[in-house]
Amino acid sequence: MSLLPWTIYLTFAGALLAWLAGRRSPGAARAVALATALAGWGVALAAAAGFTPAAALVDLANCPWIPQLGIRYHLAADGISMTLVVLTGLAATAGVLFSWNIDERAGEFFALYLALIGGVYGVFLSADAFLFFVFYEIAIVPKYFLIAKWGSTNREYGAMKLVLYSFAGSALVLAGLLWAYAGGTGGGAGGFGAGAGGGGGAGFGLSQLAVAAAGAPYGHQVGMFALVFTGFAVLAGLFPFHTWAPTGHVAAPTGASMLLAGVVMKLGAYGCLRVGIGLFPAGLEFFQPVLVALALAGIIYAGLVALVQEDLKFVIGYSSVSHMGFVMLGLAIASPRAAGGAVLQMFSHGVIAGLLFAVVGRMVYERTHTRQLAALRALPLFRLLPFAAVVFVLAGLASMGMPGFSGFPAELAILVGAWRYSPLVALAAAAGVLVAAAFTLRAVQLSFFGATGGGGGAAADGAGGGDGTGGNGAGSGGCRAGGSDAGAAAHPFPPITWPEKAGALLLLAATLFVGLRPGFLFHWINTALESPLFQAALKGGAL
Amino acid sequence: MMNAHPLLAFICDTAATAAGTGVTTILGFTSVCGGDGYAELFRRLAPEAVLVIGALLVLGFDLFAGKRAACGGRATLAALIGVAALAGAGFAAAWISPFATPSATNLGSALETCTAIAVGTRLGVYVLSGLTLLLLPGSSRLRHPAEYTAIILFATVGFSLMAAASNLLLGFLAIELASLSLYILTGFDKTRPDSAEAGLKYFLFGGTAAAFMLFGFSLLYGLTGSINMFDFAYEAATRSPPSSTPLMLVALVMVLAGFGFKVAAVPFHLWAPDAYQGAPASAAALIASASKLAGIAFFLRLLWGGLGRFAGDVSSAPPAAGWMPVVAVLALGSLLVGNLGALAQTNVRRLLAYSAIAHAGVMLLGVIAAGGAGAGPLFYYVATYGLATVGAFGVISVIERDAPCQKLADLAGLWKRSPLLALTLFAFVLSLAGVPPLAGFFGKFAVFAAVLKLNGLAGPAGWLALLAIAFSAVALYYYLAILKQALVAAPAGDAKPVSVPALPALSLVLCAALLLLLGLFPSLLLSQL
Repeated sequence: MSLLPWTIYLTFAGALLAWLAGRRSPGAARAVALATALAGWGVALAAAAGFTPAAALVDLANCPWIPQLGIRYHLAADGISMTLVVLTGLAATAGVLFSWNIDERAGEFFALYLALIGGVYGVFLSADAFLFFVFYEIAIVPKYFLIAKWGSTNREYGAMKLVLYSFAGSALVLAGLLWAYAGGTGGGAGGFGAGAGGGGGAGFGLSQLAVAAAGAPYGHQVGMFALVFTGFAVLAGLFPFHTWAPTGHVAAPTGASMLLAGVVMKLGAYGCLRVGIGLFPAGLEFFQPVLVALALAGIIYAGLVALVQEDLKFVIGYSSVSHMGFVMLGLAIASPRAAGGAVLQMFSHGVIAGLLFAVVGRMVYERTHTRQLAALRALPLFRLLPFAAVVFVLAGLASMGMPGFSGFPAELAILVGAWRYSPLVALAAAAGVLVAAAFTLRAVQLSFFGATGGGGGAAADGAGGGDGTGGNGAGSGGCRAGGSDAGAAAHPFPPITWPEKAGALLLLAATLFVGLRPGFLFHWINTALESPLFQAALKGGAL
Repeated sequence: MMNAHPLLAFICDTAATAAGTGVTTILGFTSVCGGDGYAELFRRLAPEAVLVIGALLVLGFDLFAGKRAACGGRATLAALIGVAALAGAGFAAAWISPFATPSATNLGSALETCTAIAVGTRLGVYVLSGLTLLLLPGSSRLRHPAEYTAIILFATVGFSLMAAASNLLLGFLAIELASLSLYILTGFDKTRPDSAEAGLKYFLFGGTAAAFMLFGFSLLYGLTGSINMFDFAYEAATRSPPSSTPLMLVALVMVLAGFGFKVAAVPFHLWAPDAYQGAPASAAALIASASKLAGIAFFLRLLWGGLGRFAGDVSSAPPAAGWMPVVAVLALGSLLVGNLGALAQTNVRRLLAYSAIAHAGVMLLGVIAAGGAGAGPLFYYVATYGLATVGAFGVISVIERDAPCQKLADLAGLWKRSPLLALTLFAFVLSLAGVPPLAGFFGKFAVFAAVLKLNGLAGPAGWLALLAIAFSAVALYYYLAILKQALVAAPAGDAKPVSVPALPALSLVLCAALLLLLGLFPSLLLSQL
């Protein structure tokens, strides 16, 4: 447990080392990056092994940092942080494995990559709002360079949009936090006497801020919540602030997409829970109907948009928004069960989205050089890339929320919580699950089974119409059903490499493990949600 | 020189009244300072004395030794002597000047050398000037490096006096010494006509602003019968209605015109883009860093120490009249014009100028907050902003040795042409943008926290802080535009690698390291103030 801060230190040190190693050779940078990611993950797992869930934040480090403003270097963890730290280690490791083909300026790539990861670890472990914010911002800027330099489609636009959205969100968060810090006196304590700090403004510790905020007038609390929650919700991809996500995900290189969807969006959701809801429960109460409606709108709207995308990566990008809608729904409903489901969904989506982006961005795109469904369906991809096909089908099943995968217990918990809040909400969210099944099946069918799907006639989702003509557009070899054997024999694509296999297996194992043993993480999460930090906010009754 | 006439009038006026009313003035030195008085005078002015001696040494060495050396060698020699003088001045400012015997003589009231802000500002100014001087061997354009160095040192004397002056006359002389030096530095590059143009523009704006400021000073003197700042406070306290008379408001606005010019606040900002574009890069660095720090220190003392009773109020909903509402308006304008203007720039120097205007807006917010939170956050902000700007202009000056560096595209592929420059520029620009863990972030954070702590969101000050926070997201766009060229874009076909001479490299690395260190441990600076 006390090891956990080393995830941060090791990762930042690794970033520096990777940069230095990259000046020697790309291979050295890769090796350093993998070692660093593994070390961070190893530390997280070691800490998890010795972790006994408690209904409070357990201090890891706590010393004065900037005493003039009451800022402390305060790291602490509970079951929620623990879950997300383990996820971060996993996603980081898998991301490095799927970035193995980065050759150009590899040192800089991995340095930025690891700096981002270090910031993410820091956010999940911070118990001081200032520290939290510092790490949060550290995690934002590397994204711009990762995308703008190593990205693909429309990368400069996607990168700038993503970073400006994130930074605008963090500006809102900063405004809200400073307001809570300053406004905790209840107002009216201004004036020009030197250093007349009142009861509020004692410091930036999350617990101190919670006390300060609770002392503010109700209207102020609502305003603070609106600023902070909206700011974090931008990064979590809450409708209608989600538009950065699909363009950013699509433009990013595979490793960065995996991180973006896997952990960076979780930063937003975690901030909503830990800071937004934890500090300003009155605001949550006030805005609950709005937030539930926005979350539902996100689930269904993004799902429908995903259904008509022609670029496979956009399908995954919008599916991320839709799945994060479930997280936001769980948080907005704010019963212990729904919130617990939301945190588990963060973990689950982190793993599954990473897997989907890995298949699409690395395994398929790097070989076929297209992500257009119309072009992909002309290729007998399931024969050319059987490993990718199997992984994509399994990830698709997980993404649809099939039992046995991690998405199932998470979405189930959220739906049950939603039912207790209002059956209508639960029904609408369930419709979202159906839409998710539809766009996932469509993507799987069109991308991997397009060329041979015509004979079976089993295509359920409107994909059948185009099957007969798909072969005409194929660039590499005739691949109608009859000719696909020849195409497969020629095997125009390089085989799947070992890092890809290792990364995919790692992520699959994680989603299966959590799907089969959800109680393991639920125990951590729900114990943490019983802590006094959340008691004011989560009052939807017992589990 | 357009200021000569009012200045002269002011001095005569002052002397005459001082004789008549017995009000202490700086001109009283001559009569009061006997044997001990001169010793004390020297102790208080030791840093400035060291600087002047240093400047003369620079000129002397160049006259005798410089003829034989090549241009690069002369520049190095001049810069090293200059840095040594600055180090000596720093020693004097930290260890001699503050410990001069406290006295009730006129001198004691004219130079405030022992407060933390005065010492801190003096040291900060020396550090920033020193870092600027180290850039000098990097710019091959300047054909008279010794004169250039000497003028930088004279400017620093002006900054140093501004940092300590608590007397309007001394303050004005210091400001003029600094300004005249900066006008010359701006126009120093004889190979480019836009340098001369920039110098002339800067001079005309500066002269006008100085005339306004001097008029304001004379009104203040007329109202209070003193040119000592701390007498204003006393006068104001004893006057029966301490509220602002219309004449006082006029005086305040005049003074703020001078202040606004010094920190490049809207609407007194128009000189900045042209001056930054045309000036030699190291002159622009000095204008943006040390000059601002000294200006802020002087006006902070004048506004809060002397005119604190006429501050008015902007922290609650209907603002009360005084200088604070004016400062708030200047801040609002600077934030708007600076940030929005920067978005449209394609010239990196003009972009930095608009960014400086935007930063001036935040500094003015810090001036408003200084009444509640003290000068610590503001000082930290201005000092770290200065470091980042010196660094950014330093990078430009090194690139300019063999290729033009005006357009953003001139930075393209810097990561390949010089990894050191690219890495340090990364740090400087992100610090300007306010990204942690660099110092620019904490500076903004501390200023905003101080402003909001005045009275939350209950008044215009709080709203301005919110606006400034929102603009920090806008600002990221244009800062990333710089970094996109430097770090992402491929170098142009004919671009050559940039070699970085040792001294400028040292300066850049020091700037970046200080930004990181102060960003990680802001208490190092804050605890001293």
